[in-house]
Amino acid sequence: MMTLLEAAARHVEAPVHTPSDRALTLEIDGVVKRYPNGALAVKGVDIQVGQGELVVFVGPSGCGKSTLLRMVAGLEAVSEGEIRIDGRRMNEADPADRDIAMVFQNYALYPHMTVRKNLAYGLQNRKTPKDVIAAKVAEAAAMLQIEEFLDRKPSQLSGGQRQRVAMGRAIVRDPKVFLFDEPLSNLDARLRNQMRLEIRKLQRRLGVSAIYVTHDQVEAMTLADRIVVLNGGLVEQVGTPSEVYARPATTFVASFIGAPAMNLLDAVVDGGRLRVGEAAIPAPAGAPQGPVKAGLRAEKARLVPAGQGLPFALEAVEELGATRLLHGLAAGAPVVVAADAALPLPAGPLSLTADPADLHLFDARQGGRL
Amino acid sequence: MTVSSDPALAASWSRATAAAGANRRRRNLQVYHHAVLIFGVALMMAPLLVAFASSTYDPIVIHSEGLQLGYGGEFASTYGAVLFDRGGFTGDITGVRMLWNSVILGLGFAVGKIVISMLAAYAIVYFRFPFGTVAFWIIFSTLLLPLEVRILPSYEVVQSMGMLNSWTGLILPLIASATATFYFRQFFKSVPDELLEAARIDGAGPVRFFLDILVPLSKTMMAAIFIIMFVVGWNQYLWPALMTTDESLFTIVRGIRQILQVWIGANIPEYNKALAMAILAMVPPALIVLIFQRAFVKGLVETEK
Repeated sequence: MMTLLEAAARHVEAPVHTPSDRALTLEIDGVVKRYPNGALAVKGVDIQVGQGELVVFVGPSGCGKSTLLRMVAGLEAVSEGEIRIDGRRMNEADPADRDIAMVFQNYALYPHMTVRKNLAYGLQNRKTPKDVIAAKVAEAAAMLQIEEFLDRKPSQLSGGQRQRVAMGRAIVRDPKVFLFDEPLSNLDARLRNQMRLEIRKLQRRLGVSAIYVTHDQVEAMTLADRIVVLNGGLVEQVGTPSEVYARPATTFVASFIGAPAMNLLDAVVDGGRLRVGEAAIPAPAGAPQGPVKAGLRAEKARLVPAGQGLPFALEAVEELGATRLLHGLAAGAPVVVAADAALPLPAGPLSLTADPADLHLFDARQGGRL
Repeated sequence: MTVSSDPALAASWSRATAAAGANRRRRNLQVYHHAVLIFGVALMMAPLLVAFASSTYDPIVIHSEGLQLGYGGEFASTYGAVLFDRGGFTGDITGVRMLWNSVILGLGFAVGKIVISMLAAYAIVYFRFPFGTVAFWIIFSTLLLPLEVRILPSYEVVQSMGMLNSWTGLILPLIASATATFYFRQFFKSVPDELLEAARIDGAGPVRFFLDILVPLSKTMMAAIFIIMFVVGWNQYLWPALMTTDESLFTIVRGIRQILQVWIGANIPEYNKALAMAILAMVPPALIVLIFQRAFVKGLVETEK
């Protein structure tokens, strides 16, 4: 009962919008995953992926994103709902017959096979003619610049090279959909940034639809055509990275997307004022009266000399190079403010204020955007 | 005097002596370690050396003077006789034949156990079927019942199936192995699930996955099990003694006893031949261990995944 209510509340401001100019490659239609012990991992999800689109599933661990991906791959059974690829129902199809290719977090390369065999194995099982296999492997290897490693075993490759081989194995399949399951989380930070760009370019160049699962919101923001934010087995919001960032549909999305996380304050709209504790700042025009959660991005928060907004007590400073993060308490609630590092640290008693247009208001109880 | 008056120099001097002392201690420790190892080797090798040395003497010398330590010069004749002379009750079993029989038993034993236990472990680890775990623990509990405990019923079964005096009867009843099944189960469980999933997406069915992925991955493991099982099979004594009465199926381990038993009238037992045969019986397992040693250690220690 509770979950139904929650679901209803969450669906209000989460329009499932699809790029109308593209044909649909993948449709996830009311999909539910129920484990034999009754636990619900995915509680009814609708997502559409257009031709050539890269959709990122992002959410904290346990939100159902990997389960959803594995259901698309056919590695987990679908309890309810339907998964269609190119309009064909896939619920009962074998993973090999779904026209998908998957890149795993730990690469899952066959350790005893050379890179060449790793790439060719799936095609061999499909009885592809030898010359076709050779041509496809050569093409994928050239694309990924792994030609010189073709006769090595995975254990002789670095993490980045293994990652490329894993991608190559997906590419030679020439699938309808690429499925990426946190493919970069085993790489160090620098390599991760580089591979992220490469995945993006490659996917664009091949024009193959892709689902990319990650828990890293930076990866989600930089890679995605559209982001699907998942929480507790439900879709919180679907939208382009800028939409999700600029207009988070729920407090969950607001706090999950963006670094540092959006500041969320318990507040009350009282006339044209937004009261936080004893102090107040101007409320956005047309805000409904009553208690709300007020969201404010760290970079939109402004610190001014005391007296004009919420009293701000500075507690700690983090230097990030170009910016610095000022952690403190505004009217008793923890708040982060991003400031230009070139400017001197503010001194003396301070107040926090913001342009009313930069404030995000959410329902105080359900967390939906107002 | 001047040295000790400079504190820095004094400090470096004492550091140097300390380092030299540590080196000396380490060297002393190494000498000690080697002494222990050499003593152990001597302890284990001495009986073998005595056996080999004595086997090159005439039985009369051994009988009158006891075991020998030097080389007696009868090597070629003794070993030639042991290997090629027809003997036994029926008079047509040779040492070579017995060695060959042991090889067949050892190989059949080892290969059979590997095949069966790999398939059993594959079923237990990768397939969900009713009572799968129960089945595994039943297999595992047979470790508590060594062959000697169940030898009479086993004999009864083999006998009633008419498989006495045959290779099938010798090898087949012993081909299931709880130990090997357990080892392979543990190994398969350590293979990442993603490999199976990747193979499924690559269109490999259960048989392909087993043959193309699991078997090659298990190579070192198979080598380790092979060594253990070959040696166990080679050294079987009680089982072949019960299952075979036909001398053409005798193994070399039984041959040793056969030779010593021939003590007719006032004849001196052919100690030299018995010892030669014991040495011969030890060579093939030793060779197998030497050849597969690296794979053996690798299989039990590291996993290439």
